[in-house]
Amino acid sequence: MTDAAIAPLLVTEQRGTTVTTEQWPVRILLIGVAVAFLVLFLFMPLAAVFVEAFRAGIGAYFAAITEPDALAAIRLTLLVAAIAVPANVVFGLAASWAIAKFEFTGKSVLNTLIDLPFSVSPVISGLIYVLLFGGQGYFGAFLHSENIQIIFALPGIVLATIFVTFPFVARELVPLMQEQGTQDEEAALSLGASGWKTFFKVTLPNIRWALLYGVVLCNARAMGEFGAVSVVSGHIRGKTNTMPLHVEILYNEYNFAAAFAVASLLALLALVTLVIKVALEWRYADQIAASRRH
Amino acid sequence: MAGARGLALKRPSALPGFGLALGFTLTYLSLIVLIPLAALVLKSATLGFAGFWEIVTGARTLAALRLSFFTSLFAATVNAVFGTIIAWVLVRYQFPGRRLLDAFVDLPFALPTAVAGIALTALYAPNGWIGSWLAPLGIKIAYTPNGIAIALIFIGLPFVVRTVQPVLEEFDRELEEASATLGANRRQTVFRVMLPALLPAILTGFALALARAVGEYGSVIFIAGNLPFISEIAPLLIIIRLEEFGYAQAAAIGTAMLMISFGILLLVHLVQAWQRRRFGR
Amino acid sequence: MDARVLNEVNYPAAGDRGGTPAQWVRTVDVSAENVVRIFGTTPALHGVSLDIGAGELVALLGPSGSGKTTLLRILAGLDVPTSGRVLFDGEDALKLTVQERNVGLVFQNYALFRHMTVLENIGFGLRVRPRIRRPSRREIRRRALELLDFVQLTGLEKRYPSQLSGGQRQRVAFARALAIEPRLLLLDEPFGALDAKVRRELRRWLLEIHTKTGHTTVFVTHDQEEALELADRVVVMSEGRIEQIGTPDEIYDKPNSPFVYSFIGESSVLPVRVEQGKVWLDEHPLDLAAGAVPSGPARLFFRPHDVEVGNDLPGAIPGVVQGLRRHGGARRVDLEVGGRGDRVEIELPADYSLNLSGRVAVLPRRYRLYPATTQTNLS
Repeated sequence: MTDAAIAPLLVTEQRGTTVTTEQWPVRILLIGVAVAFLVLFLFMPLAAVFVEAFRAGIGAYFAAITEPDALAAIRLTLLVAAIAVPANVVFGLAASWAIAKFEFTGKSVLNTLIDLPFSVSPVISGLIYVLLFGGQGYFGAFLHSENIQIIFALPGIVLATIFVTFPFVARELVPLMQEQGTQDEEAALSLGASGWKTFFKVTLPNIRWALLYGVVLCNARAMGEFGAVSVVSGHIRGKTNTMPLHVEILYNEYNFAAAFAVASLLALLALVTLVIKVALEWRYADQIAASRRH
Repeated sequence: MAGARGLALKRPSALPGFGLALGFTLTYLSLIVLIPLAALVLKSATLGFAGFWEIVTGARTLAALRLSFFTSLFAATVNAVFGTIIAWVLVRYQFPGRRLLDAFVDLPFALPTAVAGIALTALYAPNGWIGSWLAPLGIKIAYTPNGIAIALIFIGLPFVVRTVQPVLEEFDRELEEASATLGANRRQTVFRVMLPALLPAILTGFALALARAVGEYGSVIFIAGNLPFISEIAPLLIIIRLEEFGYAQAAAIGTAMLMISFGILLLVHLVQAWQRRRFGR
Repeated sequence: MDARVLNEVNYPAAGDRGGTPAQWVRTVDVSAENVVRIFGTTPALHGVSLDIGAGELVALLGPSGSGKTTLLRILAGLDVPTSGRVLFDGEDALKLTVQERNVGLVFQNYALFRHMTVLENIGFGLRVRPRIRRPSRREIRRRALELLDFVQLTGLEKRYPSQLSGGQRQRVAFARALAIEPRLLLLDEPFGALDAKVRRELRRWLLEIHTKTGHTTVFVTHDQEEALELADRVVVMSEGRIEQIGTPDEIYDKPNSPFVYSFIGESSVLPVRVEQGKVWLDEHPLDLAAGAVPSGPARLFFRPHDVEVGNDLPGAIPGVVQGLRRHGGARRVDLEVGGRGDRVEIELPADYSLNLSGRVAVLPRRYRLYPATTQTNLS
């Protein structure tokens, strides 16, 4: 580190009383450890993605991401997210309206159940749908006779994705709406607004940034989910491969440059997600739920 | 009838839409989460207890469960230590790049696990950026359980940081000053006053990282090597059983994993409840 | 005496709380010499000097932002003056770290350690001593239990701070500060977080403790009643300066500045003029001596209850009654005085017969006159 970089660490009180902080060698050591750890575990993997992606040259990079199977994977990923995210938005709004605006028995149980998918392994998230809708599953015979395909097809992928992204929107909205209480809505109703009007004109504007925050996180997970989707997809190239699955296939075929090229698109998505997330946290900290955990 | 019962369970309110909102919520929750999870338990129940036990304690399954649990335990411990240091540095010190680091802590939440998996493999493979430095020393990371630990450290990193950070931000500086006026040096203040107060948050973050790591799949399979009995994690074994159409076996392993995860989370709740009762807040 | 050598004084056993202060503890006298503290560019203390005798109980009294807490933190070693000296028994205390200074500080919100029991909190200062000076575990426990008795919380040693009432927490904080055998006891708004009834009880308790232990004690408060009732001497501070130091009587009866006059007790103010050693209200000469106040505009301060009233008082202040309010056993009267509509408040017996818009003349029995150029910081 340069002297200029160290200087701010050394200035505390004029005479260096360090009652509530550590002495500067300790501070520098701890900062060094933290930075080294984050560089090793976060920055280097991220850098590796982009370096490997361009290893075979820019031409190969663009060829890899514009090749038909890659484009099909991108289209499928966007389609799945376009179904799963709105579904969870509607659910999140309904759940937070019920939980935050009303008092009823079993509320805390419901609150806990909403977080349940976070503690379920992605593989299990896929497995449960195979057990229901797979060839040997509970509804397998029925679906086969009706000629409906869920597993190894789009519906299965969408279901698994909805499951793993289930809590994202709700958990951003519930604490915020609980904090905001019911006064605004009661005022609107007493002024003669209808229920739906109250929701769209009063409630929704109050929660819009938290909703966006939840949507961004939900979307990142929906587009990037691997384990759950892997179980239900069947890995049919150009048909049921999402981007993460396409990365896996390319990687397993030792087509590293192409794998990393597609992976770099997902990494870019992660970076954009982080930027929006941080921007929302800085700009609208008070309008986003107190909990910043995921 | 149903309406009357619903009213009794709900405190009267002037706001509309309770029935619709709760009805939709419960239906959606049941269809997406509860019924499918029930199917998992139901499927493993068809084995009977003896059958379930036989599968779960079968040598290969047990090895996989053990590997998943202990590498997760190791990774969560590493994260507890370094996560606390990172949270401390981010909250307590001013230095150039602090906010960037702070933002980047969430990268493992945002980066798809498969991408993390291949990136870590590229780094730690014997010919990778880091692996090529370690190979001459005889240290192998990728394609061994060490690689699994690395991947699990990566995905668990934000949990401890993000649970400790807010507690540290709100930490009352008067407690540190009180400790100093009572004669404690800085080391004593940190270890006897501050860390015990942070411990519940550290434990919570540790448990969340652990629960997540036990079920992790995407970031691990690329770097693990996936050798049965050595570097084959439990989630991978589920997929293998599924591909052999061993639905019940897959369900049994899944149920065992769920029990481990829920056990960990239950422990967190108990610790938190105990600490609330005892220390207030 | 080497300031770093701690006073190894044992507290008397629970049943034996008598004894003169000297047997209790060897306490210090404290001097602050021209202490300046500047935060960034904002001065918090502009050259404060203060001498506190050994065993004295001194109050730092002032509104928020007056610098009283900054001064207390500097005495404790939690803050460092930009310039100036702090002496304990004539020795430079600034050379000592907080830990070495051996000062017992009771925080406004007590700062009890939530994860430690009451007993662990009290014994903390002894447990963190370097090994050579650390008493044995049994001895630490014995002393902590003794202090618990001393602050009248016998039997609560296993409780956690969250299981105590505010007053009990305050006492634990006290015992914890006493456990390190401090040379100086500092209290930051010691009763600020308590309700009025507990506060009165604890005031008496604090006085008892002080008489028994004899520690030099400095406490910060914004409550004048508390300062006047408890302290041997009161230091009135305002905007980083000491306005006045004196006994409670001196502070109340002879405030040396308009600020102190209006900050302590209730006061009425009237703009007047001094000419040829006499006090004038508009064109009326008042029957008040101007003393050493120079000719020119001046302000007359008096206590509302300290007045004589009558219609035939020569040289009194004539006024018109504008408002009447019952105030406890007395009646408060708003008077409009002079040609510029100035208002003063006086207090009369409740049975004194007066009507709105009636005329009355008032003469302060005791008063202070300050040249009008003197700033009033509080109005």
